[in-house]
Amino acid sequence: MSALFEFCLRMGDNTLVLGHRVSEWCGHAPVLEEDIALANTALDLIGQTQLWLGLAAEVQGEGKSADDLAFLRDAWDFRNALLCELPNGDFGQTLMRQYLFDEWHCMMLNALRSSTEKRVSDIADKAIKEASYHLERSRDTVIGLGDGTTESHARMQAALDYLYPYVGELFVADGHDEAATKAGIAPDLASLRDGYDAALSATMAAAMLTIPDDKFAHKGGRTGRMHTEHLGHMLTQMQWLQRAYPGASW
Amino acid sequence: MSKEWPLWEIFIRGQHGLSHRHVGSLHAPDAEMAIKNARDVYTRRNEGQSIWVVEAKHISASNPSDKGPMYEPSESKVYRHPTFFDIPEDVGAM
Repeated sequence: MSALFEFCLRMGDNTLVLGHRVSEWCGHAPVLEEDIALANTALDLIGQTQLWLGLAAEVQGEGKSADDLAFLRDAWDFRNALLCELPNGDFGQTLMRQYLFDEWHCMMLNALRSSTEKRVSDIADKAIKEASYHLERSRDTVIGLGDGTTESHARMQAALDYLYPYVGELFVADGHDEAATKAGIAPDLASLRDGYDAALSATMAAAMLTIPDDKFAHKGGRTGRMHTEHLGHMLTQMQWLQRAYPGASW
Repeated sequence: MSKEWPLWEIFIRGQHGLSHRHVGSLHAPDAEMAIKNARDVYTRRNEGQSIWVVEAKHISASNPSDKGPMYEPSESKVYRHPTFFDIPEDVGAM
């Protein structure tokens, strides 16, 4: 059942890589309250990763665990969207990345609640509550900073200009996605686009930000064809312990 | 314009319908974000059912140095405690 395996990897790698990125803020956020909120978000995403990669490992049937998949694969085996692995940049860029992901994540999880695969709909039922809160928070912050001071507005516009070309990948299906859709496991990715664009337009209008006209989309993360140069660096941090002390456990 | 966000006092109602209790304070730009921050700071371990936030400047407090005139007079008035009544057996546990 490789369509289900591939699908779980893509969901789990999104949350793993983004969760790790967000966790990099721990102890560094501009104010204490945001620091805790970001850490909570990161922990939610890592928790969801355990479910997705746990299911992936189960489906794979090679006796591996979620931890094996998280820590013993190299960059080319990761299946996350490129958006998730991009560097944090400033606080505004982190929150813009979070918002762009959360909006998609909520739509995806909502659709997955009616998956024909019960193990998938169970995960979606649990994750949607966390993702809805992430979305509420990231949307409010994007609006607050976009419609804030001249400085915060300029930073948020720069963040949107930088990140928007990475949004398109979330909606482009390949053979594995088509197989998952056919099996009723997952929705047709392209079918989520209109709702996403409408939500994005409403948020950016409220944030006084301009969505770039160019629809060019960087791709290659979800298929594993080509990640950005940032993922490998991130993995050296995330996986250093297993790389330095293979098999270490505690 | 001050660069600091205003201070908010946070009240949380725990499980089982107890009243809201003051749990601490935090900074936030507005009431809505204060509720979100309170959710993230004070309900991480499943403590809450409901959150109230009040901007600290709206709370009026008694002056600690008025302790004498405010509270000492009641110390000597034990008859204000309802402990001098005989409860009839029929009433049972109160």
